Amino acid sequence: MLRDITIGQYYSVDSIIHRLDPRIKIIGSIIYIISLFVVGKWQGYLVAAFFLMIMIKLSKVPFKYMVKGLKSIVMIMMITVIFNLFLTKGDALVTLGPLKITMQGVQVAINMAVRLVLLVLGSSLMTYTTTPNALTDGLERVFAPLKVIKVPVNDMAMMMSIALRFIPILMDETDKIIKAQQARGADFETGSFMKRAKAMVPILIPLFVSAFKRANDLAMAMEARCYRGGDGRTRMRPLKYKKRDYVAWVILITYLIGMIILGQILRSI
Amino acid sequence: MESKKKELMANTTNMIEARNMSFDYFKRDENGEITGKERALDGIDLEVKHGQFIAILGSNGSGKSTLAKNINAILNPSEGTLYVDGIDVSNDELIWDVRKSAGMVFQNPDNQIIASVVEEDVAFGPENMGISPKDIIKRVEECLKAVGMFKFRKASPNHLSGGQKQRIAIAGIMAMKPKCIVLDEPTAMLDPSGRRDVIKTITKLNKEEGITILLITHYMDEVVNADKVFVMADHKIKMQGTPREIFENAKELEELKLDVPYVTRLAVALRDEGIELPADILTREELVAEIMKVKAKQQ
Repeated sequence: MLRDITIGQYYSVDSIIHRLDPRIKIIGSIIYIISLFVVGKWQGYLVAAFFLMIMIKLSKVPFKYMVKGLKSIVMIMMITVIFNLFLTKGDALVTLGPLKITMQGVQVAINMAVRLVLLVLGSSLMTYTTTPNALTDGLERVFAPLKVIKVPVNDMAMMMSIALRFIPILMDETDKIIKAQQARGADFETGSFMKRAKAMVPILIPLFVSAFKRANDLAMAMEARCYRGGDGRTRMRPLKYKKRDYVAWVILITYLIGMIILGQILRSI
Repeated sequence: MESKKKELMANTTNMIEARNMSFDYFKRDENGEITGKERALDGIDLEVKHGQFIAILGSNGSGKSTLAKNINAILNPSEGTLYVDGIDVSNDELIWDVRKSAGMVFQNPDNQIIASVVEEDVAFGPENMGISPKDIIKRVEECLKAVGMFKFRKASPNHLSGGQKQRIAIAGIMAMKPKCIVLDEPTAMLDPSGRRDVIKTITKLNKEEGITILLITHYMDEVVNADKVFVMADHKIKMQGTPREIFENAKELEELKLDVPYVTRLAVALRDEGIELPADILTREELVAEIMKVKAKQQ
């Protein structure tokens, strides 16, 4: 159950997309999401899907692997599709008692579903091709301008990278606590939903206690190693744009402008 | 700043010097009012010279971890003074200088590794000190080689053993180029082979790099190679001297709830049985040599 958490999952192969600067990948996925909203018609989605297919091909992440990530949004997709199908006003196609499916409803539902799939695929391509560390480095730099309005960008990036480091440690710990409680006769598998939820309490309390203890230890270790916030810190490998990154910028911006123009044309016809 | 530092540094030439130092933990109620205090260190006098290998022994609650935290300026003495590399640790302005000259390695390897890649963790200290990227890369390489973990530089700490993680933590402190490293029970959570590797690494750093080592432990075998041993009990330093001088007084150690090394205990037991062995045997090699001597005499 706990092993299914796939946040920040990284697919380790060597490809041109993997080697790109994380900043581009972060901004690239934002641009891609925006592009999905500026074109509202199927022709536009076709172009966006084609663009994404090329990127996936370049990234060498197997398509099957990418589709696996979609499983988690099936529920959301079903809900959106059903609501749009029945609640959009227009010409009735089928009438089921008080409910009716309209022509426009079908259109909107399909558009929504396609948009959601592309959105998730597009952003998961970023996490699949960027190591957690590169991701935090990238986020730190992308959001650096927010420092002007006193947002602690460095500290937030540090927190994120520590959180990523401690996910496997805390998972092991949970495993150990579960086994220790089971050894003393705790039952987590049978009983009603409420009963099982209550059985989680003896897992969560020791887990929280140990997490706080770890946090305290870690804070002390960081202070002992002269950590005093982001100011005045240097990096071992500062992010630096290379030629391929500039090429990627040009492609991205061309793509965005193209999509905006396409959106205008589609709207006018 | 610099002149102020010099002014404060004129006091001593020792690496660490405590003069009648005490430390109290305060108990507070919900409103932050002090309701009581508990003495953790009481009248500590201590001198450590540059380049020495010092071991601090003591049972649980004897105050040895509190002493370590004071040396690293995580805690400040309540009474008396403590100088680290000539700097008064109570001076808030120089707290980062104290931490640069005395690094600290903690007990739990998992709770002191910050990054999810080995080399990035070693780089954490120098990054905080604002060192240039080129120098950081050089230092990281040197330090990982010194602890014998260079080939794991790209690995994730989660896939390493406890002993390996502890060596990474030592490399992380070394990369800050401290004059002294304080290790607070670094081997307590390790298996025997991990313990051996860590102790070997520490000994090497002391001998080859000339870094002053302060090893806090309750494993007696780790103490035998130290230049000087301090034994703590009831928040005070009860005994000090070379390992030989300390372990000769097995009775006194026992009263402080501490053991002598296994080999020494064996030698004492043999002596009680009437075999003529000296009282200050510390290592297996010495014991073997002495027994051979006895055997030669008998023949």
